[in-house]
Parts: sequence; C-alpha cells; structure tokens
Amino acid sequence: MIQCKTSKEIGGMGHSVKRKEDNRFVTGTGHYVDDVKLKGMLHMDIIRSPYAYAKIKSIDSSAAMAVDGVVAVITGKDLEQYNLHWMPTLMSDTQMVLPTDTVMHQGQEVAAVIAKDRQTARDARELIVVDYDVMKAVINPFKALDADAPLLRPDKEGQKDNQAWHWEVGDKDATEKVFNEADVVVKEQMHIPRIHVASIETCGCVADYNKIDNHLTMHMTTQAPHAIRTVIALVAGHVGLTEEKIRVISPDIGGGFGGKVPVFPGYVIAIAASFLIGKPVKWIEDRSDNLTNSFARDYHITAEMAGTKDGKILATRMKVLADHGYTDGAANPSKFPTGMFSIGTGSYDYPTAFMEADAIYTNKPPGGVAYRCSFRVTEAVHAIERITDRYALEIGKDPAALRFDNFIKKDQFPYHSPTGWEYDSGDYHAGLELAMKAVEYDKLRAEQVEKRKKGELMGIGLSTFTEIVGAGPSKDFDILGIKMFDSAEIRVHPTGKAIARFGTKSQGQGHETTYAQIIAEELGIPSSDITVEEGDTDSAPYGLGTYASRSTPTAGAAAAIAARKLRDKARKLAAYLLEVSEDDLEWEPGKFSVKGAPEKSKTIQELVFASYTNHPQGMEAGFEATHYYDPPNLTFPSGAYICVVDIDPDTFEIKVRRFVAIDDAGHIINPMVAQGQVHGGLTQGLAPAMYEEIIYDEDGNALNGTLMDYLVPTAVESPSWETGHTVTPSPHHPIGAKGIGESPTVGAPPAIANAIVDALKPYGITHMDIPITPAKIFEELKKRGLLDTDIRTA
Amino acid sequence: MKKSITLKLNGEEHSAEVEPRTLLVHFIREQMDMTGTHIGCDTSSCGACTILIDGKSAKSCTILAVQANGKEITTVEGLATSEGVHPIQEGFKENHGLQCGFCTPGMMLRAVEMLEKNPNPTEEEIRWGISGNLCRCTGYNNIVKSIQYAGAKMRGEELPSTEPVFVE
Repeated sequence: MIQCKTSKEIGGMGHSVKRKEDNRFVTGTGHYVDDVKLKGMLHMDIIRSPYAYAKIKSIDSSAAMAVDGVVAVITGKDLEQYNLHWMPTLMSDTQMVLPTDTVMHQGQEVAAVIAKDRQTARDARELIVVDYDVMKAVINPFKALDADAPLLRPDKEGQKDNQAWHWEVGDKDATEKVFNEADVVVKEQMHIPRIHVASIETCGCVADYNKIDNHLTMHMTTQAPHAIRTVIALVAGHVGLTEEKIRVISPDIGGGFGGKVPVFPGYVIAIAASFLIGKPVKWIEDRSDNLTNSFARDYHITAEMAGTKDGKILATRMKVLADHGYTDGAANPSKFPTGMFSIGTGSYDYPTAFMEADAIYTNKPPGGVAYRCSFRVTEAVHAIERITDRYALEIGKDPAALRFDNFIKKDQFPYHSPTGWEYDSGDYHAGLELAMKAVEYDKLRAEQVEKRKKGELMGIGLSTFTEIVGAGPSKDFDILGIKMFDSAEIRVHPTGKAIARFGTKSQGQGHETTYAQIIAEELGIPSSDITVEEGDTDSAPYGLGTYASRSTPTAGAAAAIAARKLRDKARKLAAYLLEVSEDDLEWEPGKFSVKGAPEKSKTIQELVFASYTNHPQGMEAGFEATHYYDPPNLTFPSGAYICVVDIDPDTFEIKVRRFVAIDDAGHIINPMVAQGQVHGGLTQGLAPAMYEEIIYDEDGNALNGTLMDYLVPTAVESPSWETGHTVTPSPHHPIGAKGIGESPTVGAPPAIANAIVDALKPYGITHMDIPITPAKIFEELKKRGLLDTDIRTA
Repeated sequence: MKKSITLKLNGEEHSAEVEPRTLLVHFIREQMDMTGTHIGCDTSSCGACTILIDGKSAKSCTILAVQANGKEITTVEGLATSEGVHPIQEGFKENHGLQCGFCTPGMMLRAVEMLEKNPNPTEEEIRWGISGNLCRCTGYNNIVKSIQYAGAKMRGEELPSTEPVFVE
C-alpha cells in the first residue's frame, strides 16, 4: 500500500521511523515554558472578573502592594499611559489587555500582580479589592440583536448593534429557486457547542526584557512564533520594541490544537511588566482560567438540503449565527471571517448552494479559535454530514447508498464546488468501500434489524467528509496582511550531516522526525543525520506557524523544494568530479552515478564534502538552500468514517462499539506518526460528540470551567480506534501530501452523532445536538411520552 | 514558618526547608529543579504530575511536601538506570505512545505501578488503570500498546510488534 523509495537506513517517506523527540520526552528532559527559570525571574498572577458584564468602580491594590515580595500591581489605567490597554486580535478586531472601565466576560483579566514567587503573587492577588457595578449581560446570541439589548462595543466606531459582521457565499436566488421547486426539503437547527482545546499544558510565557540592550526575549507557548513576534512589534513598536529587538522562543509545547495561536492578554501584560520592571516575568495560566478564557466552535447552524425523492442532492443552504463572545478572537485568514466554512457542500456533486453567517457579540470569552480544524471546517462538515443523513432518513434510503450516489467521482477532479473551491483530488468511493468492508456494513445492518425487533438500541453512523487545508495561496490567504507561505532552510555540514530549520512549530506532531524524512527522501541523507529545529525567531526562517494542517502542505513542500535545489547542486558537483555532463548522470536516493557505468558514482556525502573542499571555479561554496513555499492551491484530504454504537435501554449510556476511520491524505510521510495523529484526533472528535461543552448560565457564569467537570475523555471512554487509508496524491503538492492532523477531529463528530440518531430512529428522533449525553436522550424520549414503559416495548 | 523535611528523591537523599503549604509537585519542580513532573490542571484531574511514593502512584498535586517527609519518591527522572531506560520508557518510544510528551511522565509512572501489581493486564484493565491520567494527543490506542509492550519486556517475554496496524 505505502511504497518506500528509500532504504530503511535512509528512512525517507513511507517509513515508520521512530520519533527523535521521544528520547527527551520519555526521560523527563523535555523543555516546556514552565521549565524556564531565569535569574531574578518574577512571577505574575492575574485577578479576573467574577462578572460577565460590569463597570469597574475602583481597584484598590494597597493591601496587595503591602505584601512582602510584591513588586507591582498593574491595571488597565497603568497600561493606558503607554497605549497598551487594547490590542488587535488576529481578525482585526480589538481586545482589552486590561480594562480601564468595563469588564466584558466572566474570567476577564482585571489586574496583574508581579511578585518574587508564585505563592506571593497568588496571596497578594487575593488582597486586591475590585468594586464592580454589575450590569445585565447579553449571553444568548439569539437575543443579542433585540432592541433592548445593550450595545456591547460602543468603543468601535460606527457600531450600532451587537453584530460583528455578516458573510455570505454562493448563489442565493438560484438556491432559493431549487428549494422552492424540489420534491424533498429537509431542515435541522444544529448547535456546535462551545468547547476548548484543553491541551494538557496551559498557556504561559516568560517575558525577559533587557533594559541595557532594549531587547525582549519572549519564551512562550506559541504555535506561530514569527507571527507573534510581528504582532508584538505592531503592538509595542511605539514604546521602542521594534521587530529586530524581539526574539520569540517557542520551547516544547504540551499540545496546541489551535489554542496557542492567538495573542492572549496574559502575554502582553507579562511583556509590559518585564518592560516596566526590567526583570524576567513568568506567567503560567491556571487550568480553570485556560478553560474559561477562550473557546472554539459555538456555531448555531440552520442546515437545509433539497433533493429528489430517489436520492439526488440538488442544493444546500446554511445559515450560521456565530457567537464570538465580546470580540472576534479567531485566527482565520483575513478574507475568510468564517474560515473555510464554505467547504460545507462536502464530498457531493451538486451545482447549487448558499451559505451565510452573522457574527454576534455577547458577554462571553472571545475566541472562535480553529481547534484542530482548518478554520471552521469542523462546523461545516458536521452540518453537511448531519443534513445528508437527515435527507437519507426522509426518503428512506440507506445513508451509505445515498452517499455513493452523490459523491464527486474521481474523474471529476479537479472539481469546482458551488462555493468556489477547486478540489485537487479524491477517490471518495474507494474510501467508503474500504470502510464498509472493514466494518462489515451489510452484516451490521442485518444485526440492527434483529436488534430493533427486540427493542435494542444499536446505531450505525457515517461521515464521508472533505477537508480543505494547507493555507494557503498568497493571492487569497493572509493573517494581518502577512501572506500564509511557509519556509524551510537546509544547511548540510561538510561531513554530510544536516540541520534544517522551519517557520512552523510542532506541538507534538513529530516534525523533528517527519521533516527529516522529507529531506532524506529528496537528498538520500539518512533522516537520522538531519536535525530539525523550529520555534526560535532568531534562527528559523519566517513562517506563519503550525495550525490548520498546514505544516506538511506548506513547510513540508518547502523542505522538498529546498532539498531539490541542493540535489541540483549535487548534480553539478557530481558532473564536475566524475568529468561527465549533468545529463549523463542518474540519481538514486543517496548517490549520482554515470549512466551505463554505475561503478562511477559519488555519494551525496562525498558531494557535500566537495562543496566545501573541492568545488569548481564559479560555483558558490557550501551546501545550503532556503525555500519559501507559496502553495498554488489548498489541499483537500478526505475520509470515510463509520461508527457503531450501542445504547443501554435502561440508562441510555452510549457505547462506541466500533469506529473505523479511513483517511486519504495523499502520500504519507510516516505511517506511524500519521496514524497517531488520527487516533488522537478521533478522541478529540469523540469529545464534543459525547462529552465536552462549556456551559454558561443566563448571567454568563461558566458552569463547568475545570477539568473536574469539563469532561475530557479518558482511556475508558475512548474506544480502540481502527484506522486505515487510501492514497490519492495531491497533484499540485511537491510530495503529493495533503495533511492529516485535523481530519479525524473534523470527521468524527458527525459519524458519532449520526450513529446515535440512527439508533434512536425508531422513536421518531431526527436530530440531536452534540454533545449527545444519556440525559439528553432521556429528555428526547420523555418529550415523546416514551418513558412510561420500558423503552424496549415502547 | 518553614518545616524541615528529608526524603529520598530518585535514590538520593535530600533535606530541605519547605513552607507547610507547599505542594509536593511544586517542591519537586521548583525546589528540587526536576521539571519532568508536569502540572496540567488545578483540580487533581489530569494526572500529569503523577509520581511514585514508596512505589505507589500518586498525583503529587494532592500531597503536601511535608507529607512526603521520610518517603521515597520516584519521578520520571528516576526511571532510567545506568543499565538503560526502563521498559516503560522503551515501550512508549517504540510504540509511539506519546506526541507532545506533556502527560507522558505521569502516564508512565502510573503504568509502572500498575504493571508491578498486575504484570499482564488486559486491555480493559490498562484502560481503567490509566483513567486518572488524561492525554489529549494520542487517543490512548498507542499508550495501551506501549504498556502491553513494557509488560512483555518486564515479564521477559517475546516483545510484540511495534509496527502500526492498519485496516486493509
């Protein structure tokens, strides 16, 4: 299935090379931000608002300042003197660093204490007295536009109501016409819950400002160190922190998943504190603060599908209400306020679609971060996969058969979708066939028939999704104006060993291993001889970072092309040393030899050595190359997932009996690592499908803001995942790869939801919002009067 | 008012003055400068700080440093010996049982105690056994595999294949 062109010793693409980074992680010698300890380092703690919406009448920090070891208390008024109390978000909205008069959500930063150690800072924090004037908060996004709703963002010029923006794509009139004339129209209202990435490491930083050199070194848990450096320069350039005076170091990161892309107020306060005090300042976020200060998803979607009676999809229409909290704190490309939501026509071939979204301000934490998802793809995929099942249910057709009949066929690629995308490649039929064979689909349906006769609850759910990743082509994709290319720099030392640096930043994806494999594939230098380094803006080439499954599509491509530049140089050196023309040489991984005379050859190591010791006149010495890769298109990974659930008829406990995930990410660099990504992503897809949601009461109190009640799945909830792949290379990507990190998180929730709804089909249930819990099933059945007797006989 | 404690940390005896309220995890990380033990939550839910106290796994955020007086503590830094890495470390590396590595030290120490008590656990026993330790990266499949591998190694049996298995 996966063909390797290189030997195991070289360890190029397709080999399950064991990860290099693991030696330090299994011995406890990884280096995370909380492990940074600098001389004279101070510690910062943050006091946060208990209210969702309130005026700050006063902040009294005198008792805190009196505590031995407290160095400073910083408030919004202090930052205002330097014009640092507000900052831009990555979506060109604005966010408070610290408030001067109003707090906009529970948990918002109100003031910071800087002290000699963590405990002293915490003690002093408790002594700060803040007097609030509590106001009626806007929590329900559906009521945010009511006439009597307070205007939450009067600070924004021209803002007349609580709408942040409106977006739409597709042909509204044509779509309406199809819907008016269609035989079958189905519609469901869905909510994709407010969730959190909950990486096991929270956010944090050590801001180290050196007054003598006017230089800031920022150690921080960021997925995008270069972009962050630019943002810091934009925010603090006016106080003298210009970009050449800033070094961002992103050490080992304990999981990111998109949650470590934005600039959070804590980072900026720490920088300001270090700048004002002249000593290093450490800020490590508490878990509870982490869970309640940003979020992902929170899309209310009205999804509709129009089709024929015999199962031909004709059109879809989606209307989104996006609850962004008090500011748009997402990190989408500038031109795409809903991210890649417009991929929501899915894997199906039909000509007409319309989508629109309205973003709303409420008194909730800001965010909308792309949680393991290429900017809102998860929301889109959930909507299309759920409404496709709803349509199948309506016309009484098997959901697998319906999908087969509507899939874009493999000879239709490149496929132009009704929302304007050009899908690069795919073979959706092959993926679903493999998944159905692996799970024994027909047998399962037969079993389900028998079980239903006995009143037992068993469901089978499908999700056959298309992703859109690898942002992105510079003509359309930028963040704050910076084009979303990415970079690789390869430097091969005289002895044939190499170091390669990238603009991306691994948070567990295994870049130190997989990037080395790409270079090994192209140059024939063993991947074990190649050191990969990322995360230090002083040494790595500029790039936009790791999120949205973009590392392989962008920096991975840059690695391949930089390596090919070096191979071209090696060819010239070989021609010179072997005294033949370049055309007379042939390449096999690791050496050039003369055509027809294979005994005359030079290994890559010999050629590298020659580039330092014996290169021809006129050739530049050394063996280095850099490439900034601007992708011509996005890549479109796909997947066919099938989930089987059993629901206990007494307790409604849901058990995922089997889950088969077939992914197509094009060529795979390291099957072991790719599979690991899928396993983890599936558990992160299970999480919102069945367990996770941050719940707010009507006053804006987060009701489950700790890991005790925000239910991250353990090994017990998580089933034993079964994974496989089909390989449809991306035609435009240098190594035919598409990206794999996020597909499982994107594809799994609708497969699980569809399975659960399928199990409940005999009771007239057509849709349930995730997370689907036993309590929600109980309520649904109760609503239908089905709980008076045993559900098995209802 | 600081208290004096003496304990054995990874085989070495240490005496220290600690504030009575200091959590063991903070003592290990900040006073002993052993940063392999991680902190992932504030409710004793995540298990990233799991260590061994007299051979028994415990979340070191649930114990005060003073309570560890006279005890023998093992952290991730104490797993390897001059002979090489512990089978559990080898298991995690060989089976891709980790990704970001943040939960890994706690997960491994929990597994060590589990394997010492139950040398050949079933998959279900392993899953329940590590249910106090959260991992956000791996989906647990390969953690289970890593622990099974370590179990085989500790029992001196033939090692299971570490190749990834795919649906074909």
